[in-house]
Amino acid sequence: MTTLALHDASAGWGACPVLTGISLRCKAGDIVGLLGPNGAGKSTLLRLIAGDTDLLAGSAELGSKPLASWSSAARARCIAYLPQASSLTFPFTVSEVVALGRLPHAGGRQCDMTLVEWALAATDTQPIANRLYPLLSGGEKQRVQLARVLCQLETDASGGSLDGKLLLLDEPTAALDLRHQQDLVALLRQLAGRGCTVLVALHDINLLSSLCHRVMVVDRGHGIALGTPAEVFSADFLQSLYGTPLCVSTHPTGGYPLVFPQ
Amino acid sequence: MYGDRSSRARRVIAVLTGLQLPALLLGVALGVVALSPDELLGALADMLRGDTSSQAALIVGHIRLPRTLLAAACGTILALCGAVTQGLFRNPLADPSLIGVTGGASLGAALVMVLAAPAGLALMLGLVSAGAFLGGAAAVVLVYRLATDSSGTSVATMLLAGIGITALSGAAVSLLEFHADNQMLRRISLWKMGSFDNARLPELGLAFGVTALLCTVLPRYASALNALLLGESEASHLGVDVARLKRHLVAWVALGVGVSVALAGTIAFVGLVVPHMIRLLTGPDHRYLLPASALAGALLLMCADTAARLLAPPAEVPVGILTALLGVPFFMSLLRQRRQFGLPAA
Repeated sequence: MTTLALHDASAGWGACPVLTGISLRCKAGDIVGLLGPNGAGKSTLLRLIAGDTDLLAGSAELGSKPLASWSSAARARCIAYLPQASSLTFPFTVSEVVALGRLPHAGGRQCDMTLVEWALAATDTQPIANRLYPLLSGGEKQRVQLARVLCQLETDASGGSLDGKLLLLDEPTAALDLRHQQDLVALLRQLAGRGCTVLVALHDINLLSSLCHRVMVVDRGHGIALGTPAEVFSADFLQSLYGTPLCVSTHPTGGYPLVFPQ
Repeated sequence: MYGDRSSRARRVIAVLTGLQLPALLLGVALGVVALSPDELLGALADMLRGDTSSQAALIVGHIRLPRTLLAAACGTILALCGAVTQGLFRNPLADPSLIGVTGGASLGAALVMVLAAPAGLALMLGLVSAGAFLGGAAAVVLVYRLATDSSGTSVATMLLAGIGITALSGAAVSLLEFHADNQMLRRISLWKMGSFDNARLPELGLAFGVTALLCTVLPRYASALNALLLGESEASHLGVDVARLKRHLVAWVALGVGVSVALAGTIAFVGLVVPHMIRLLTGPDHRYLLPASALAGALLLMCADTAARLLAPPAEVPVGILTALLGVPFFMSLLRQRRQFGLPAA
């Protein structure tokens, strides 16, 4: 089942498009990574799908309906989006922030509490559940926001299929330590196993390589490559993309490509 | 675990509700002529029978009950509007009187007073309220446009815009005083200091109509306001129609502040102090913050009005001066401790 279909899509603010001619098709259970230099348009692509940015040309479909025809409430039940940074300064506790993710759903208080507990456990934020959000460290804040987004993704507490759901993550590991990065990888695989489509923008190219089924490389607003990490990650291609000398190797046990500076 | 704060919040709301009647009775009983509980009950019973001949019934029915009720209504309105403004701006310093909404409403009311001076008193009330509403709405929209972008609200710009609007309205009111005759001068000075002593039936009707409206409507925005605290785009990702939410909230705040300014003048800092103290007790969740602030605002202004009558009898300290005396040190301490309360830097 196709969750997301972009065809020749352009997006941006006003007359000047930040993204042009993007085509991407994602099925249920896909984990697709977005890779590219700073300012390439990865975040804009995620914002286009989340409904923040206008589609200027081409088509964008979620499920089988055009993205623009979704009401914001219906879209919020289908797409959960973790932005790069958050600006919450009010003294909510961690569990209150996570519970905000239940806003689009009307599953009842019991269901909401179960899912909040689950999301806290899944992101290792249970020990800090009663602390005030503004006083947390950057990595803790990022995990709390992730828990909120996880809460939003679930329709109910049954743990059933996530077919048709879309999880958008913008640099989710930027502030995470190694252990929590690996926890996130395992969690995303588990969600994809339940049918959720995951679209994740990452600068950590080796994490991306281990996690994603496919990688889309974005450069200066264009999608310049799309394929499995093994197909896309050649030293020549990545060197010309980043303009710095690189070498590519293979993970000794995982078999996926690893990229190092020379 | 997260039931913790919500059960405490419900206790806070219950206690505040329980304190309303005692505060009202104290406000009615205390004053230059103090009434004993017997006299108070007798006067209330007389009033219920429609007999207002006794001195106590006259004091209660014509003076103290109306003004205490008006104080309660204005306290409710101001505290609710303060809490909502702070949510809208995503900033706990965004009090209507600090960011110029009260100033804008005063300016609107002042202009109407000049232009519609010959109109009758009842018509005057409606017109002044409408002028205050329009002035308040223009001020919120202006300050919001100036101070807020996608990354949040600039505290500095917000407060500076408030200073500008307040200065403009101060100048306009001075101009009005320059031209005013005796009767108008009395109205203006009453209104500049903030007082509840012109409470009559039309004023009370308007005040309670708007209070009832705001108490019914604003709690419906509680969840959306909670989402808005995460950020505007985060709120829209949670299914909130942010543009519509902002339009509605601006209109409700302008209505509340406008009516309160038209009826009782500038009563500063209630919208800052009350939601802030309630947030310390219940947390920032608007589902509890809004009702608790409404109740605490009513309580605070009923007590402040009573205190204003008791401090220097037989004269009355205008209640607006009293709330400013309480509020300014509080505001200063907030500015000092901004980091501790998780406020963004200016």
